[in-house]
Amino acid sequence: MEASWINALIGGGMIGLAATIHLLVSGRVAGVSSIYFGVIKPKAGDFLWRLKFVVGLILGGLLGSLFLSDPFVNVSGRSVLAVIAAGVLVGFGTKLGSGCTSGHGVCGISRMSPRSIVATLVFMLAGILAVRLISFVVGG
Amino acid sequence: MKQGLVALIVGTLFGLGLTVSGMTQPQKVISFLNVFGHGGQWDPTLAFVMIGAISVHFFAYRVKKHKTSPFFGDKYYLPDRKDIDKKLIVGAVIFGVGWGLGGYCPGPAITSLVSLKLEPFLFVTAMTMGMLIQEYVFKQK
Repeated sequence: MEASWINALIGGGMIGLAATIHLLVSGRVAGVSSIYFGVIKPKAGDFLWRLKFVVGLILGGLLGSLFLSDPFVNVSGRSVLAVIAAGVLVGFGTKLGSGCTSGHGVCGISRMSPRSIVATLVFMLAGILAVRLISFVVGG
Repeated sequence: MKQGLVALIVGTLFGLGLTVSGMTQPQKVISFLNVFGHGGQWDPTLAFVMIGAISVHFFAYRVKKHKTSPFFGDKYYLPDRKDIDKKLIVGAVIFGVGWGLGGYCPGPAITSLVSLKLEPFLFVTAMTMGMLIQEYVFKQK
């Protein structure tokens, strides 16, 4: 599946709609890293809805796979070690920085939070530089 | 319970959106971050994910102004900090590096678990470890 800008826009719209429902119905920010952390370190009375959200993420993926061809294809060529290191960095960084692309990038920017605008610019730049550095190291 | 059903629906719509958008394809993420076009063409396609999402979600906050409480529940649980501190910046840097390294961020990685591929499992496990390390080892009380 070659996801075009139309896929991106429609998918983004769905994400925006999900976040909107989550805000107006449940009163919460749809920040995946924070929601997920509440699953791995649960607080009493604040666990089940988070678990259901995370299960929903996976269900959504299942639904998508029914009508899209190979939406989870990974031809990035990153080694097992790189993927593990990346995971640790993303886990640590999103926890330390209080959010990720959904929490800061979508929700934070939508409500014009200066913290989120800054965080988003910073993680985008960091990602850009990381890709450039890796490309240099790998490709020469 | 209504709250749980809404969470399930929201999560499912969110995961579906991620899957449709292309965010669950690491190469596409890396190509999006490859602004310098080194070793391959820059692919700005994924910029439309955030554009699409914010275009919709921006209005949620306009509506919220007129609603003292959410439909289910007594109050809003929104972050209220306004300061830009070192933890935010350092955290964002570390996250961004990990994102460029693996091509996954939390949502797409979790959603991709359904594919039963190795990388999402490795990533989500490692991401869990990373979060717990920050919580228990490095967190300043």
